[in-house]
Amino acid sequence: MNHLSSETFGENAKAALADTQLRGALRHATSLFGKRRLEAARNLNNWEDLRSRARAIKDEVLLNLDRYLETFVANAENRGAVVHWATDGAEANAIICKLARDRGARTIVKSKSMTTEETHLNTALEAAGMQVVETDLGEYIIQLAHETPSHIIAPAIHKTKGQVAELFTSTLGMQPTDDIAQLTSTARATLRDRFAAADVGISGVNFGVSETGTIVIVENEGNIRLTTSLPRIHIAVMGIEKVIPQFADLDVFLKLLPRSGTGQRLTTYQSFITGTKRNADDEGPEELHIVILDNGRSRMLAHPVTRQSLACIRCGACLNACPVYQQIGGHAYGSVYPGPIGAVITPQLIGLEKTKQLPYASSLCGACREVCPVKIDIPRLLLHLRSEITAQKEGSGAEGLAFKMWARVMMSPKLYNMGSMAARLIQKVMPLSKAWTAGRDLRPVESQSFRKLWKTKLSHE
Amino acid sequence: MRVSLFVTCLVDQLWSSVGASTVAVLRRVGCEVEFDDRQTCCGQPAFNTGYRDEARQVAQRFIRIFEESKADAIVSPSGSCTAMVHHFPELFSGDAEWAERARALAARTHELSSFLVRVLKVEDVGASWSGKLTWHDACHGLRDLNVKSEPRALIRNVRGAEFVELENAEACCGFGGTFSVKYPEISVAILDQKIEAIERSGVQAVVSGDASCLMQIGGRLSRNGSKVRAMHLAELLASRTTDL
Repeated sequence: MNHLSSETFGENAKAALADTQLRGALRHATSLFGKRRLEAARNLNNWEDLRSRARAIKDEVLLNLDRYLETFVANAENRGAVVHWATDGAEANAIICKLARDRGARTIVKSKSMTTEETHLNTALEAAGMQVVETDLGEYIIQLAHETPSHIIAPAIHKTKGQVAELFTSTLGMQPTDDIAQLTSTARATLRDRFAAADVGISGVNFGVSETGTIVIVENEGNIRLTTSLPRIHIAVMGIEKVIPQFADLDVFLKLLPRSGTGQRLTTYQSFITGTKRNADDEGPEELHIVILDNGRSRMLAHPVTRQSLACIRCGACLNACPVYQQIGGHAYGSVYPGPIGAVITPQLIGLEKTKQLPYASSLCGACREVCPVKIDIPRLLLHLRSEITAQKEGSGAEGLAFKMWARVMMSPKLYNMGSMAARLIQKVMPLSKAWTAGRDLRPVESQSFRKLWKTKLSHE
Repeated sequence: MRVSLFVTCLVDQLWSSVGASTVAVLRRVGCEVEFDDRQTCCGQPAFNTGYRDEARQVAQRFIRIFEESKADAIVSPSGSCTAMVHHFPELFSGDAEWAERARALAARTHELSSFLVRVLKVEDVGASWSGKLTWHDACHGLRDLNVKSEPRALIRNVRGAEFVELENAEACCGFGGTFSVKYPEISVAILDQKIEAIERSGVQAVVSGDASCLMQIGGRLSRNGSKVRAMHLAELLASRTTDL
């Protein structure tokens, strides 16, 4: 149940639906996250106002992204950071591998970062001969299990306590237990040694503050604080869309992000990192490198409809709220970013060719839009992508032809009446669609259509 | 008030009694109802599946037909199809003239319960029905049209009916148009959560405002041999059980 392809989404989903442990874990976790989010949002009396403000800030940034990025870079460099630009994932990985290799790094600790998942950085670093250790508990579990994250903020959401215990017993030599405190302390003890030995710490970035050149990272475990402060070298990887204009904007985003993600009023840690240490005997790394990644983002930026995809702050609320995600989890999407936002950004990041099924992996219920802290209209974006997919199809295909015929029937009351007569006959003699009738009965068709009823009876009453 | 009925192709072709009930309710509250039998579909299946040219073609026809109507309002027993009409301006975003015509039409088009409560200010339509029932919030009515309190107000005024809130009433039933046949297993897995909640509520009927969701829910209830009936709001509101 891992390293699946988006091209086989339908099959992946079927396999996920057959996995009762997975579905139990998902049901528990997504409903808990959902409840906590709702409570946290209700505890603020200006939730809707905050959402609107956050979106307005993001919209403004996205319209002037070049300017905000330039200021961010200038300010970060003034404080001693070194900034690198990466057009795509391969370029980002090459920059990071070179930085690590040139400094003779052997052990690298990493804190949770979806952006480095997107570039498959761990694979690149390992291929370059380095040992990489994920230090977020969920990510660490995933790394030990040789899996990929199945949720944006809770990478091991698909695993039960029992599965984690088995994993730790077989990989870390732990005595069998299902006591959560003991599981976490086993992971902590192992990870502490790695922190002490690490030459380089790699993190993501939640927000890059333009006016100060500060990077802001939020977390609950303290592993990010250690990753970014203990090793001699800190490399932070951020997408171009992470920049916000000013420090004061954090008032909005730091209220929305933890509440939307975990239902917390505040995460346990928030790290504000501005350049390198000022004095030799201060704490903190000697070098700070910020790798700014495009990897398809400027394509999204260019289009007025898709631009809003870049407003995402990666809270994961849309995953928890999505009826599809709740049933199948993240791996079935076969993409780094799963769920509704994943179905929107993955095709834009890696192209529609291999991701054609993802925009259709939604009932368009709109629950994602309702919970999104930055008001991304995900259903609208899915519809937009669907229209791009049909426009790109070579020839019409069976579905395209069916819709051409459908349109012809709907354009003509005569055909409509004839066609529907035929449809009614078909429905009476055989199941119209096996896909429907495998799980549901067809409603018996009534003896007359409404228009007939109107003509013969209702219009005279 | 004069009302032009947008019956929807689904109700027209598969569930005409919902259309008849809609007419009965509208007439009972004093509306004069007209029905233009040139109407077919609003274009939603094509729009939602990504076939915008086909959707535009059908939507333009829809607009032309209903623009001719002198009725004060266009009313539909569907939140989803009404929401589609409200999406028309977006469908014509590259065409100022059609976008404007679409906007004007959308402003006159209402879902049944919101028309009764918001426009006519009627919450009691004089219906009666005996038994315990619950309400499923169909997604497009709920999230695109903000229909939430209106059907509840109407249901609470149905004599003899005991209304209970459904657990996770706002959760999707898994229908989603072509989603229901593209990914039938996921669709039914989502549906089963809804069915469990309905069965737990101990009702005789689950009521909703969209025939599509009700075919999905009803199709599973029927498959399971359940005694619970999937009922359209229009049917409930038209009901006048005599033995009350």
